Amino acid sequence: MTLPTTTIPGGAASSIPRRSSDNSQGAGLPTSRRSDRHRWGTTLLLILGALTVILPFYVTISMAFKTGEQAVEGEAFAWPAPFSVEGFTTAWALTDFPRAFTISILITLATVIGTILLSAMASYAISRNWEKKAYRWAFYYLLAAMFLPFPVLALSQVKLTGMVELANPLGVALLHIMFQISFSTLLFTAFLRSLPAELEESARMDGASTAGAFWRIVFPLMAPRSATVGIFAFLKSWNDFMMPSLIIADPTLQTLPVIQEIFQTQFSNNYHVSFASYLMAMAPAIIAYVISQRWVLSGLTQGAVK
Amino acid sequence: MTTTTKPTRRTPQTADAPAGRDPGARPPVRRRPRADRVYLWFLLPTLVLFTLSITMPAAMGIFYSFTDSVGFGEFDFVGLNNYLVMFSDPAILSSYGFTIGVALCTVILVNVIALTLAIGLTAKIRAKTTLRTIFVMPMVVSGIIIAFVFQFIFANTVPAAAQALQLGVLEESILADPDLAWISIVLVTAWQAVPQAMLIYIAGLMTVPRDVYEASAIDGASAWKQLRSITLPLISGFVLINVIIGFKDFLGTYEIIVGLTDGGPGTSTRSVAMTIFSGFDNGDYAYQMANSTIFFLITLTIALIQLRLTRGNARI
Repeated sequence: MTLPTTTIPGGAASSIPRRSSDNSQGAGLPTSRRSDRHRWGTTLLLILGALTVILPFYVTISMAFKTGEQAVEGEAFAWPAPFSVEGFTTAWALTDFPRAFTISILITLATVIGTILLSAMASYAISRNWEKKAYRWAFYYLLAAMFLPFPVLALSQVKLTGMVELANPLGVALLHIMFQISFSTLLFTAFLRSLPAELEESARMDGASTAGAFWRIVFPLMAPRSATVGIFAFLKSWNDFMMPSLIIADPTLQTLPVIQEIFQTQFSNNYHVSFASYLMAMAPAIIAYVISQRWVLSGLTQGAVK
Repeated sequence: MTTTTKPTRRTPQTADAPAGRDPGARPPVRRRPRADRVYLWFLLPTLVLFTLSITMPAAMGIFYSFTDSVGFGEFDFVGLNNYLVMFSDPAILSSYGFTIGVALCTVILVNVIALTLAIGLTAKIRAKTTLRTIFVMPMVVSGIIIAFVFQFIFANTVPAAAQALQLGVLEESILADPDLAWISIVLVTAWQAVPQAMLIYIAGLMTVPRDVYEASAIDGASAWKQLRSITLPLISGFVLINVIIGFKDFLGTYEIIVGLTDGGPGTSTRSVAMTIFSGFDNGDYAYQMANSTIFFLITLTIALIQLRLTRGNARI
């Protein structure tokens, strides 16, 4: 979809000698002579591929800033002329954006903080007691949720949250945290096992308790990993549609993604309103990603491949 | 994802054992009860909440799958009846056929594109950081919203463009065609899933030693041959990870379908997840619990295959 598959030979292959040549300057191979140059062909193909990624975002922005008359024509590529924020003001009032935004933010914040604290503490306990069977089993037990997709649990969870007065944003936050626990505990334990025990021992010698050593020494050292865990919790929670749509009983307490679905029929052909609404719901995640992409990228590869 | 984390038995803690204790012998009593209790308090809240919100619903689901409950009120045990009915229910069978088919197509498409992009992005190119940032972007936006955006593109933009270019088939929206609507679901799911697979491939390509390429370049291996006989075999573990993680994820496809076709036209694009969620509407609560249980067993089987296959692969 992004690039024609025929680019594999060209893109792939030509890239390979390039990478290898980094440490073989002057080896005399014909490839290394050209190695200083950038691969313009590959760059060009990737830029073309990037356009397919950008296209939906372009459509969203161009539709969102159109006037009502211009939007109803449905011409996605025509740039808005004149620029209009009417779509935004209408969507803002129609969907009660501030309320949905606040609820989304609260759920996401609770998820991020809850995920970091609970999984950091659990990972610390597990990694420092690894020789004990009970803690090892606890680790595998928490990990098991990775194999449990939400649809499998959905019906029971809807029923249970309804029974204990958690069919609301709080219940969604709790479930978001619990579905993040596996992945986050995995990341944290991997990190804690690589952390030298001497650091804590020296704190202990100075009379710190286990908890004290954790909060004062270990937890601050976990900060980069906590950032990764937090970003993932943020993205999962902010973008989730399935859980809030099923768990939250009161439509006026719904999150931003669910609101988009609820208002589909009311948006009807007012594309400038619907796209303005989509843009307002997407923007926070995109901004958060651009700011924090360093941790997103490192976290993903660590989680998947150590 | 799981492979990597198989922890080794040697932890810093072993070095931490009280001096003078014979490392082989088990102490008759716990030496550090105070410390133990703190660790327990660190772990316990998570374990309790996890059990209440994950394990209990799972157990409940399995329990109700053997009953005729409609979601509330009284119920009777019906044994394996729900399961037996499921296997001859055309609605269930077609949702499984559709979901597995879409998952397979998406896995292939995602991996071809992701590997191509990963190879391109690890080459010496211009604007590498910017390109990487752009290619990861689909991963960070909400599936339902992006599905609505694509719904507009497939329903309006593509037919309009096709009419202008006289492209015949594409002049009608593919979302309205029961035989073609699935393609839109594959494309949008892939659009969103490529970044994750791509990042895993980039990590994989970093592990390939550079000198093997130099050696093969001296031997005059063509670019295509290098890809086929060096790159692919060396990153086969990453291909495996991506295929299995992807397949598992795509089996749960839900919100992209809600945004694009909402299961239609007719029921031609109803996934298993959508069928399960209908359990509240039609009073077949227990029946859909049985469906969930089967769905879980399928996911679990895939996960176990993943563990099995990747365990032997020490590189990952």
